[in-house]
Amino acid sequence: MLDAVVAGRAQFAVATTIHIVFASLSIGLGPFLVYFVVQEIRTGKQRYIRLRKFFTKVFAVGFVMGTVTGIPLGFMFGTNFATFSTMAGEMIGGPLSFETKMAFFLEAVFLGVLLFGREKVSEWFYALSAFFVAAGAWFSAFWILVVNSWMQTPQGFELVDRGGTEVATLVDPVAAFLNPRFPWMFVHMQNAALISVTLLVAGIAAYFVWQNRDSEVWSTALKIAVVVLFITATAQVIHGDLYGRHVAETQPQKFAAMEAHYETERGADLHIIAIPTELDAMTDPRADNLFKISIPYAASFLASGGDPTAEVTGLNDFEYDPPPVALVFWSFRLMVALGFWFVLLGAWGTYRLWKGGLTDDDRLLQALMVSTPLGFVALNMGWYVTEIGRQPWIIQDVLTTTEGATIGLSSTEATLSLAGVTAGYTAVMVLFIYIVRRYIRSERERVVETTEPPEPTQPSQSVVSADD
Amino acid sequence: MTSLLSPEAYFHAGLPEFWFAFVFVVFGLYVILDGFDFGIGILYADVDEADKATMLGAFGPVWKANEVWLILFGTTLFAAFPAVYSNLLSRYYLLIFALLLALVMRGVGSKVRKERSDDLWVDTCDRLFVAGSIAAPFLLGMLVAGWLFGLPSVLDIAAVAVGLSVTALCVVYGAAFMAIKSRGTLQTKMYERGKQSTVAYVGLIATSLVYALVVAPGAAPPPTVEAVGVAALLTVGCAAIGLWAIRARRPYSWFISVVGMGLVLVGFVAYTMFPVVDPAVELTIREGIVAPLALNLNTIFAVTFIPIIFVYFGLLYSVFSGPVEEGVTYG
Repeated sequence: MLDAVVAGRAQFAVATTIHIVFASLSIGLGPFLVYFVVQEIRTGKQRYIRLRKFFTKVFAVGFVMGTVTGIPLGFMFGTNFATFSTMAGEMIGGPLSFETKMAFFLEAVFLGVLLFGREKVSEWFYALSAFFVAAGAWFSAFWILVVNSWMQTPQGFELVDRGGTEVATLVDPVAAFLNPRFPWMFVHMQNAALISVTLLVAGIAAYFVWQNRDSEVWSTALKIAVVVLFITATAQVIHGDLYGRHVAETQPQKFAAMEAHYETERGADLHIIAIPTELDAMTDPRADNLFKISIPYAASFLASGGDPTAEVTGLNDFEYDPPPVALVFWSFRLMVALGFWFVLLGAWGTYRLWKGGLTDDDRLLQALMVSTPLGFVALNMGWYVTEIGRQPWIIQDVLTTTEGATIGLSSTEATLSLAGVTAGYTAVMVLFIYIVRRYIRSERERVVETTEPPEPTQPSQSVVSADD
Repeated sequence: MTSLLSPEAYFHAGLPEFWFAFVFVVFGLYVILDGFDFGIGILYADVDEADKATMLGAFGPVWKANEVWLILFGTTLFAAFPAVYSNLLSRYYLLIFALLLALVMRGVGSKVRKERSDDLWVDTCDRLFVAGSIAAPFLLGMLVAGWLFGLPSVLDIAAVAVGLSVTALCVVYGAAFMAIKSRGTLQTKMYERGKQSTVAYVGLIATSLVYALVVAPGAAPPPTVEAVGVAALLTVGCAAIGLWAIRARRPYSWFISVVGMGLVLVGFVAYTMFPVVDPAVELTIREGIVAPLALNLNTIFAVTFIPIIFVYFGLLYSVFSGPVEEGVTYG
């Protein structure tokens, strides 16, 4: 039997790792659906109807998986981190209930219309429903990130005694909700979700185009996806760089773990590329077991906001034990590497679109297909840096994760629920992938075997594309 | 705004009690709305293939929105009474995870059923859907009994009896809802099942109360005789109206009467518990409520958004009103 706190943390990690894929699917796919529905109504073109139908199905199954994996998360604060929930209830209970009121009802109600109501409601109401579903996903992210960012850079509260228990009482809602981390996190996460979904759309579209170069439906999707990818991925790299500076200022211990800086030093360098030279480096990355390409003084420059000789505190010199450095260090590097790969893919695709031959570049199509799930991988790596990197704190500098755990929870209970959650969540993820694969297979039959009907509004276009 | 959000005082002296009531109103709405979803899932076990399609057609567009009321219940409790949220969830730890698993099973089972047509797949999905729909209200009832009676563990006869009662109540809901959403033999069957489950519910809830009052008098806090009397009268009254409506084949009247039956149950729980909010540790509303600023803010959001949520539900149920049409798709 595992220690109850360790099991509870593992359980939350498993649950969030899987849930965030569905949550980001809703956030990222929402704008695409709105675009397809609006284009369908505006132009009446077959391709937008097909894209809307295909991605609404994916969205719906993802939404159900997101709901069933999300509800337990809302309760896991109370089951496994009861001390934290009692202590921080005023700070996070409110935002979580605002999320339910503003977001979940909006999404759930209008998804019903989006799925079942195409023939039952007017066109504009249908388009509005798509917009509401997308807006719901974004409201939800807003409040969840308010909660999470408050735990990273807590403010707007006071610690008071209530009935013998120390609790954080809300004194300034605006300061608490719009805490220093919030804008960074919101922009980075929403954009990450967009990138992940764009890669998903691009990968699926690339597969169908590879099957049938003349598919107007899927070359349309591919064109949109590569341009969106180029813009969002580039923005993410630039934004991520600035975000790193903010982390260095507000959570120096996390920043030190991201860089595996053990010694406090002036003029610390920043590792751009790190390759393990010994096996140990995988579990314990340090200056002497890595091959590094570093920018001299850059870590000091970043952390201090402009002074290349500033002192950067190493992990050895913090009062509290560092987080698991290897996980943070390698997650961060994998995220950054993937981020640059996405920029490259976006640039390559956009170049091909501009110069022509987007649908004929086999290398590009293969690269996009392979990269289909990688956005979600990068997004999870980013969250590992954020969440593992802030350990030992559940609320930075206020409460440690161990202190926040439920008192008196038996290791048997915690291990049982960990086993159940792991099995259940894995099953949900496997089922989701299986179902989306089936959607892809049945769409493939249509793409390969049937000639697409000519566009009713612009009959000339299908002739042109057949000549391509 | 500063005066509205004054950290010194609640908007109104009775605001904590209002939030206590609001927690139970949300809980009651959840029991009613998802109650008929659970009932559909239970009744689903005993119908033929065509009727299954009709039942899923009634269930498909609404269950996700209904289930959100459970999240709203959880987060409302968290926002107003964080200690109660923490206590309940950690005290009944395994029950909570079993309940969540049941909800996953019925949600996933009903959603993925149509993805394949072979028997093994369809039967497995149906089993998940039915098992989850039976287990969820049973566990929910146990949770309520544990909460109200302050039980240290739900492995208790009173909790089991309340669990069975809530399950029976959900069958009544499901039957009444399906009576509205169907025609012909399925509708006749629903009226029949409605009669049986109404009798079962009244019997089971009476047994639970008698057990809690007479056999286990240690249950804290003991319900007053007046409260038990009024609740019994109202329950029997609603049941009688329901049975009349079944005989008169008036599904909407029947549905309203069973909504009343559920409200009586939730109202009784709230009335008995008041002014305590976690009987197991004798935490009162005033001790458990968050500070004025947080509660005032919660109030602003609730007053703004709850009416909007009702509008959404009005829209949803009007778009999907009336009997399920032939050949409807669901998912």
